Amino acid sequence: MDTGSFAHQFAQQIVNGVSLGSIYALIALGYTMIYGIIKLINFAHGDIYMLGAYIGFVAITKAGLPFLPALIVSMIGAALAGIIIERIAYRPMRHAPRIAALITAIGVSFFLENGMILLVTPQPRTFPAVFAPTVYHIGGVVVNNQQILILASALLLMLALTYIVNKTKAGKAMRAVSYDSDAAKLMGIDTDRVISTTFALGSSLAAAAGVLVGIYYNSIDPLMGMMPGIKAFIAAVVGGIGILPGAMLGGIIMGLVEAMVSGFFSSTYRDAAAFAILILILLYKPTGLLGKNVKEKV
Amino acid sequence: MLTIKNLNVYYGSIHAVKDLNLEVGDGEIVTLIGSNGAGKSTTLHTISGLIKPKTGSILYKGNEIVGIPAHKLVGQGLVQVPEGRHVFAEMTVMENLDMGAYLRKDKDGIARDKEKVFEKFPRLKERISQTAGTLSGGEQQMLAMGRALMSRPQLLLLDEPSMGLAPLLVREIFSIIKEINSEGTTVLLVEQNANMALSIADRAYVLETGRVVLSGTAAELAASEAVQKAYLGG
Repeated sequence: MDTGSFAHQFAQQIVNGVSLGSIYALIALGYTMIYGIIKLINFAHGDIYMLGAYIGFVAITKAGLPFLPALIVSMIGAALAGIIIERIAYRPMRHAPRIAALITAIGVSFFLENGMILLVTPQPRTFPAVFAPTVYHIGGVVVNNQQILILASALLLMLALTYIVNKTKAGKAMRAVSYDSDAAKLMGIDTDRVISTTFALGSSLAAAAGVLVGIYYNSIDPLMGMMPGIKAFIAAVVGGIGILPGAMLGGIIMGLVEAMVSGFFSSTYRDAAAFAILILILLYKPTGLLGKNVKEKV
Repeated sequence: MLTIKNLNVYYGSIHAVKDLNLEVGDGEIVTLIGSNGAGKSTTLHTISGLIKPKTGSILYKGNEIVGIPAHKLVGQGLVQVPEGRHVFAEMTVMENLDMGAYLRKDKDGIARDKEKVFEKFPRLKERISQTAGTLSGGEQQMLAMGRALMSRPQLLLLDEPSMGLAPLLVREIFSIIKEINSEGTTVLLVEQNANMALSIADRAYVLETGRVVLSGTAAELAASEAVQKAYLGG
C-alpha cells in the first residue's frame, strides 16, 4: 500500500469509525448512567436497543411514519420499557447483593431476546430505507447521507442529554442521587423516581441507536443487541464507567478501532480488538480514561 | 414538635435503640449525647425515615411518621444534616444549595434564602462556584447546614456537626446553630462533644448502648457528676 492510498484508507476508516462509534456512544451512555445511579451493569441494555429498532421498524412500516416521528415513538416506547423493567425486575433487588442484581439483568436480557424471538420470529427483517441513499465523494473519501444522519442525530442527542444532566432540576437530582443517594433523600428527592427517569433517558438513547443502526445496516433481528451491547459496555468502561463524557469518548474510540482493524487487517479481528481494548484498560487504567482514582472511604 | 415513644430499632440482629422515649418541644434545642455506638445516629436516621424501626411511634407535629419515606418528610419541614456532612462533592456550592431547595418552587423565596445562608456563612459565598469536594471540613459542614436551611426546616436534625473540626470552628458552628434556633427552628442535636452540646441546649438526653440513661435540662446534666465523669472529662 503506498502512502497515498494509505492516507485515503485511513480517512475513510475515520469516517466509518466515527459513525459506528457514535452508535456505541449512544448505547454506552445508558450503561454508564444506570451504573452511575444504582451501580448496576444493566446487561439488558443492548436488548433495549434491539427493542427500539423494532419499535422504529413497526412505526415506519406499519404506521407509515417518517424518520423523525418514528425515532421519537421508538424512544418513548423504549423509555417506557426501561421504566417497567426497572420497576419489575431491578427495584426489588435494590438492597440485594450486587451480584444478584447483575444476574437479574442477565435474566432480563434473555427474557427480552427470547420473548422477541417468540413474538417476531428469529428471522431478520429488512429495515425500510427512510432516505434514498446518497453517496458523497469528498476528496476521495466516501461518505453517505446515512452516516451524516447518524452522526448528526447522535451529536444532537448527546448535547440534549448533557444539557438535561447539567442544567435541569431533574438532571441535578440524577447527579445528586448518583453521588450520595441517602443525602439526596434528605433533600426531599424521591430517589425511586429519579432512578426511573434515568432508565427512561438511557433506554431512549439506546432506542435511537437501534433505529439509526436499522437505517444504516438495513437489517434488524432479535439478537442484534448482544454484540453492540457488549461493545458499548466496553466503551463505557474504557471512558470510565459512570462518567458521561467518558461514554461518548469510549464509544468513538471503539468505533474507530473497529473500523481501523476491519479496514487494515480483517473484519474477523474486529471483535477481538474490542476485547483486547477492554483487557488493556482493565490492566492499565481500570477506572477508565476519564476516571479518577477514587479511594474507597471507610 | 416531636414525641418518640418506646422506639426499638435493629440493625440485623443488633438491637441498636432500646425503648427510647424522647420529646422535643417547639422552639427548643434538645441534644442527644453519648459515646460512639450509643445509637444516636441510628435514632436520627429513624426519625428522618432512612431506617424503619421495629416497634414504637414517632409523632411529628402530632402525626405518626413511622413508615413515611425520608424524602416526603423533608416537605413537612423535618430535615436532617447527616453525619460527615455528605455534601455532593462533585457539585458546586451553588448546586448543593439548589438541591436543598429541591422541593420548592418559589424562585424569589429561594433567592432570598440563599442570601440568608450567605449572611450566616460568608465563606460559602466566596466559594460559590467551587465544587463542594474542594472545601475544607468546616466549610463542608457550613454547606451541609446551609443546604438544609434551603428547605426551610421546622425541625432540624443535626448529626455530629463538630466532627473533625478545630475547636475554634466548632464554636463558630455552634453559635450559628443557636442563631438558627433563635430564628424559630427547633433543633435536635446529636453530639459526642457533650460540653459544647450542653452549652447551647435547653434539654438533653444521655444515650448508652441504645438506652436513655439520663435526661434533664442541659444545666442539670452539665452539673451531674455521672455526666461529668463519663462525657465531660471531669
